[in-house]
Amino acid sequence: MKIVNKSILLICSLLVLNSCGKKESGGTVKLLNVSYDPTREYYVDANKAFTAEWEKANGKKLVIEQSHGGSGKQARSVIDGLDADVVTLALAGDIDVISREADLLPKDWQSKLADNSSPYTSTIVLVVRKGNPKGISDWGDLVKPGVQVITPNPKTSGGARWNYLAAWAWAAKEYSGDEAKILDYITRLFKNVPVLDTGARGSTTTFAQREIGDVFLSWENEAYLIEKEFPGKTEIVYPSISILAEPPVAVVEKNAKKHGTSEVARAYLEFLYTEKAQELAGKHFYRPRNAAIAKRFVDKLPQLPLVTIDADFGGWEKAQRTHFDDGGTFDKIYQP
Amino acid sequence: MENRPVTTESPFVKGLLITSAVVILTLFLLMPLFAVFAEAFRRGWEVFIASLHEDAALSAIKLTLLAAAVSVPLNTLFGLSAAWLVTKFRFKGRAFLLSMIDLPFAVSPVIAGLVWVLMFGAQGWFGPWLAERDIEIIFALPGIILATVFVTFPFVARELIPLMEAQGSDQEEAAVTLGASGWSIFWRVTLPNIKWGLLYGVLLCNARAMGEFGAVSVVSGHIRGKTNTLPLHVEVLYNEYQFSAAFACATLLAFLALVTLGLKSLLEQVTGQKAGGH
Repeated sequence: MKIVNKSILLICSLLVLNSCGKKESGGTVKLLNVSYDPTREYYVDANKAFTAEWEKANGKKLVIEQSHGGSGKQARSVIDGLDADVVTLALAGDIDVISREADLLPKDWQSKLADNSSPYTSTIVLVVRKGNPKGISDWGDLVKPGVQVITPNPKTSGGARWNYLAAWAWAAKEYSGDEAKILDYITRLFKNVPVLDTGARGSTTTFAQREIGDVFLSWENEAYLIEKEFPGKTEIVYPSISILAEPPVAVVEKNAKKHGTSEVARAYLEFLYTEKAQELAGKHFYRPRNAAIAKRFVDKLPQLPLVTIDADFGGWEKAQRTHFDDGGTFDKIYQP
Repeated sequence: MENRPVTTESPFVKGLLITSAVVILTLFLLMPLFAVFAEAFRRGWEVFIASLHEDAALSAIKLTLLAAAVSVPLNTLFGLSAAWLVTKFRFKGRAFLLSMIDLPFAVSPVIAGLVWVLMFGAQGWFGPWLAERDIEIIFALPGIILATVFVTFPFVARELIPLMEAQGSDQEEAAVTLGASGWSIFWRVTLPNIKWGLLYGVLLCNARAMGEFGAVSVVSGHIRGKTNTLPLHVEVLYNEYQFSAAFACATLLAFLALVTLGLKSLLEQVTGQKAGGH
């Protein structure tokens, strides 16, 4: 029976240890950044740079912990108590939900930092097989018969919602806003989708590894990552128009206050706007906000006409309601 | 009486059955196992060793061992007491208890994780109370242990119940008439009778505790180097396109399965010899 006592003792001590562990101990400051899937590689580098700078200035040790997953799922985890000091998610809507459901940060969180709290941006591009055998050059080619399109499910994936709206924006311009024609185009587009994965990384694997489909609607940075991981297999096609995706960042104020990390958390997010971090963002194929630095990456990340969620779709809340909530346009056009 | 072969099937049928068994075994067991090892070593020994030596991998291994080290003894104790209760006594609600023991087998691991979120999550029943006292359960070590304990609940009990049922309680009754106390009956009569079954149950319980993915994934929070267990770490690596590293960690899990199998057959041999020797 000694085993029993020991294990009970062990559990109790773990509980106690764990509740203490969160506080600053021995001059070490801990920061948890809860983020979405494709930012892993970028934050590994950005964390290293910020940690070095901050430790030098403050004489304390800083450890930044990372958690990655689908943007919506990560927001849910923070609501359920994942102790994030900062969140860096795929779209503002997901941080809005944290504010609304758990009241962990103020409603106007997006005005706390520059540029809609998005230190880097991205866009949606078309990825095709090497040599572009189906001759795809723009959104209009996606509805040709015999073309298979890969995109995740807009109901579950942040990236997929950007995809959907980018296609919508092209059709709106092409058919000068005629809603019946736009809906018809989107319907035919989704008829060409053989599998709807739940997240962006799942779709990437479907297209790049399992080699299903002719064209993949992808985050720009994921598209370059595919080129790096599967060299010589794919090509990136820039469409005539796309959408400006602004992945926002925010301090989860209630959590940070509890941990005594409000200041370092804010400094960390402000660091993302500095030249050093902007340069790193460009290296990881995110579009830097800083115009001078963006210029350096213009070969890789070319300028193209981009619609925005606020000007063209009336903000996330409205876009979500019109297109992706139950009974929205996506429900109307997509029958599995 | 003339000697007749025990089986009556024609050689053709026999051959067909054996071939199909071998083919299925190769396709569904040996090839995947081979693929895991082949993929792990594709970029050479150095990458293999390096991916196991990385901080995040080491912490995942540690966390997995810790979760198993807590949940296996707990479930051993629980399995023993439940099996003892259910097989040596008859009481009201016994059938209900039996089906409750099987509950973790019946529900999906995702649900097994979500129940803890519902109870101890920030929006859950005890969430505010825990938050006030700064006690973390979900997205921390206690949550991972809770989920592991829950999914590995039935293994020991399920292994022991049929065994103890078959043995009946004659020997214990005899011990009682000879004046033995409860404890000495347990240590000297029951335990020696069931020890090999018990060990086998513990082995299975341990294998599942280290390999569990679904339930742990829900309560983990996926903090790298902190709350990723080995199976979760494998998924993270795979999603990061680090296929060799992912499969290197997967070989550890495959290795665990092989050790479990080896120990299991060793156990069977030992028990066979014991039975023959006496």
